[in-house]
Amino acid sequence: MLDILLPILLFAALALAVIGAVRRLRLWRQGRPSPVPVMKGLLQVPRRYLVDLHHIVDRDKYISKTHVATAGGFVLAALMAIVVHGFGLDSAILAWVLLAATISMFVGSLFVAKRRSPPPQRLSKGPWMRLPKSLMAFSVGMFMVTLPTAGILPADAGGWLIALVLAAVVTWGLGEMFFGMTWGGPMKHAFAGALHLAWHRRPERFSDRKGGEHRSTGLKALDLEDSSKSLGVEKPTDFTWNQLLGFDACVQCGRCEAMCPAFAAGQPLNPKKLIQDMVIGMAGGTDGNYHGSPYPGKPVGEHGGSPNGPIVPREGRALVDAETLWSCTTCRACVEECPMMIEHVDAIVDMRRFLTLEHGNTPNKGAEVLDNLIATDNPGGFDPDSRLHWAADLNLPLMADKKEADVLLWLGDGVFDMRNQRTLRSLIKVLRAAGVDFAVLGNEERDSGDVARRLGDEATFQALAKRNIRTMSQYRFSRIVTCDPHSFHVLKNEYGELGTSEMPSSYEVYHHSTFINELVKAEQLTFKAWKGGSVTYHDPCYLGRYNGEYEAPRDVLRALGIEVQEMARSGYRSRCCGGGGGAPITDIPGKQRIPDMRMGDVRETGADTVAVGCPQCTAMLEGVVEPRADIKDIAELVADALLADAPAEKGASKGATQTERNVEEVTS
Amino acid sequence: MPPNAEASGAAGLSVAVLVSIGRHPLTARTRRADQDARAVEMALNMKGAAISLVHAGQHDSDHEEAIRGYLGMGIDEVRLLEQGPQSDVVPALTDALRDSSPQMVLTGTRAETGEASGMVPYLLAETLGWPVINGLAAVESVEKGVATVLQALPRGKRRRLRVRLPAIATVDTSAPAARQSAFGPARRGELDVQALASETDESLAQWQIQPARKRPKRLKVIKSSSARDRFKAAAAKSDGGGGQTLSDVTPEQGAEAIFKLLREEGVLR
Ligand code: SF4
Ligand code: SF4
Repeated sequence: MLDILLPILLFAALALAVIGAVRRLRLWRQGRPSPVPVMKGLLQVPRRYLVDLHHIVDRDKYISKTHVATAGGFVLAALMAIVVHGFGLDSAILAWVLLAATISMFVGSLFVAKRRSPPPQRLSKGPWMRLPKSLMAFSVGMFMVTLPTAGILPADAGGWLIALVLAAVVTWGLGEMFFGMTWGGPMKHAFAGALHLAWHRRPERFSDRKGGEHRSTGLKALDLEDSSKSLGVEKPTDFTWNQLLGFDACVQCGRCEAMCPAFAAGQPLNPKKLIQDMVIGMAGGTDGNYHGSPYPGKPVGEHGGSPNGPIVPREGRALVDAETLWSCTTCRACVEECPMMIEHVDAIVDMRRFLTLEHGNTPNKGAEVLDNLIATDNPGGFDPDSRLHWAADLNLPLMADKKEADVLLWLGDGVFDMRNQRTLRSLIKVLRAAGVDFAVLGNEERDSGDVARRLGDEATFQALAKRNIRTMSQYRFSRIVTCDPHSFHVLKNEYGELGTSEMPSSYEVYHHSTFINELVKAEQLTFKAWKGGSVTYHDPCYLGRYNGEYEAPRDVLRALGIEVQEMARSGYRSRCCGGGGGAPITDIPGKQRIPDMRMGDVRETGADTVAVGCPQCTAMLEGVVEPRADIKDIAELVADALLADAPAEKGASKGATQTERNVEEVTS
Repeated sequence: MPPNAEASGAAGLSVAVLVSIGRHPLTARTRRADQDARAVEMALNMKGAAISLVHAGQHDSDHEEAIRGYLGMGIDEVRLLEQGPQSDVVPALTDALRDSSPQMVLTGTRAETGEASGMVPYLLAETLGWPVINGLAAVESVEKGVATVLQALPRGKRRRLRVRLPAIATVDTSAPAARQSAFGPARRGELDVQALASETDESLAQWQIQPARKRPKRLKVIKSSSARDRFKAAAAKSDGGGGQTLSDVTPEQGAEAIFKLLREEGVLR
């Protein structure tokens, strides 16, 4: 009887899966257009899955092994089942393969079940709790019905009753694995995830056989020319279709939630819930069926939306509250951690763009900061002609006088901040000690546009960026050095898109730690022995996760004779200081402050000093009440360690001759 | 925002807001003028009022950008009465207000550019024969052609006034701050440009205009051994001294008193 029933069940489940897939595709296609290479993308799925995605999943060894056993077993078992039971190919070899695959899948599902008893906080419950059982149903059911085909049992073993029970188990398994995959069950992640890998909005993130770095972190420019379109994302269908597809791929693993500093601080943000809310909006409905951690302080069940309804309404409640979006520090910890390669930060900034550019609703100091940026080119509203007042005694060489230099030193808005002026002074001392040929833009420099862009004000960002590009195009320099990772990131990764053929805007940009490291390696700096206490290092998000520079600052510290006491969360898992993304400006209250938590991490190492490489981090961490570790920028530590008789001005003339404006694409 | 910022009974009320070109005090970049923007904000908070914005001045890219700052507050259209440079805008505004006959005209106390004498509302009131209220802090209610408003007095005092409409009211920094101007609506909003004959302001043409300089303040040196006295002297607000409060006097007596003061101060000779 089973040999009649099995093919029917299999093909029925497959047919339903295909119908579901079409429906799902139509849900995604509600989004804005975004061209992708369809076939090429599909062909790359295996590599992207086995290399790039596995690389991330593998950070959790337990689940990566479990997933290989379960998913590998399932894919093989499903294919074999279609051949063996669907088409009735009577091959004992294939049946044995099928048996092996189901065993692998069964073993995997045991580990899935183990992880979920009891489930950690970050995992979703609800339908996800039945998943291990469904996996077992599929694997056990398939195993049993395959035994006769493999010749282990006679074809009619067991009689009617057993056959019925087996049919029921197989139906359950098929229902979850085939039907559920495209109709919104937990297995949806496999279907949407594979297609998300194929048609990802940032294909640059995936590696290829040539090796090299594959990072894509710059926000994408908004088209401001077309004045008929509303700007940013107001409703779920305003996302591009492959963004919607990406949201649908979420497996609710909660890795993002576990890493999110805003969530930990009790601010009303949970990146996992945010992605689920986008899925709810795309399909229409309320968040009543969400079974994970809520946004802190916001009970589940009160929000809902529809594909063409507003996400954040002007008044009242819809899918997401504005303060959820404004809690994000854009630290990218969630994106870094997400095994499905979902782009949370892009989505958050897209929605912020709408709130700022269309509603004019940037909270707290947001509006004031943006007005200042428009009127004075700096967020504090200081006189733009006073940018160099702090350096009145330093006699800094100006680009306007020199016209060319090896290094364009980008000072950033820290020039108006007394604390950061100390860092800048140290950096200049170091550059002079190494005899670097540098010049500054002085009053011609403007805010890089970082804050404006993260606050959603793309118009002000582009205005600032274009004027900066025009200013820099007048001068010749081979690279830009800055001690501000935010300027660094924007100049390096986000200006490129805004250049023109007459005014190219791809620069070779160095963070000061990288540049100092090169000077150290070239033996242009000599240091005294380190006599201070123990030191830990805080990775700035915009240097580390955004640009992959984890080593240079540590190399420099090592060269100073410092042995870095690493924090538990460092490197790509570094916890944000709370200063990015305009978060200190929008200032959404939580239960605790992010910098306090980060200082707690520092305290655990017992370090007396925390080395930093970012003016924002310095400000945030120094804002933590004493007693706490001292905060020193890498430049300050280096300047303090300089030997008095540093090699005098030796590179000064050399640099000037080799200045060639670099207009090549920077590929890293 | 003070309570009562949302006026009741303003439905159907037609409100005209006169807006001008602002200038940032540090960089002199043009932008919406702060006080005028507060006037727009006040109008936007009158539920159901029909708001029209009017600007009399030149039509060039610099000015347009500043005007768009008002559009970004959620206004669909600004009427731009095109005038030549250095022209007297009062006649053009008078004609425009006479034609559209709004019930209430709101504007900032003084402009940030041009003559900035703060006289425009008074000159308009004079020619139109309407009352003027300065320092409007809130419109509380409008009933049967009479508005109840709060007027801001120095040091946070408020005075409730009843005024028969139509009337002109000026807004200063004691009014609620203007909302953020958003790029999208600012770009989409329309300018209804009407070229009008302009009357050149002869006297203005002869003026020489230069940036204001902050005049140094004379320090009062307090010779006192006690730190408390020196601190008090340093922190004390310079009070004007003199002055008197007149209450329950006839308009004639009031005018007489003001006239006397102006004569004493040498403003009138
Ligand atoms: S970017 Fe950082 S703060 Fe924002 S959601 Fe992701 S983890 Fe949270
Ligand atoms: S968004 Fe990514 S990290 Fe977060 S729960 Fe979903 S799959 Fe996991």
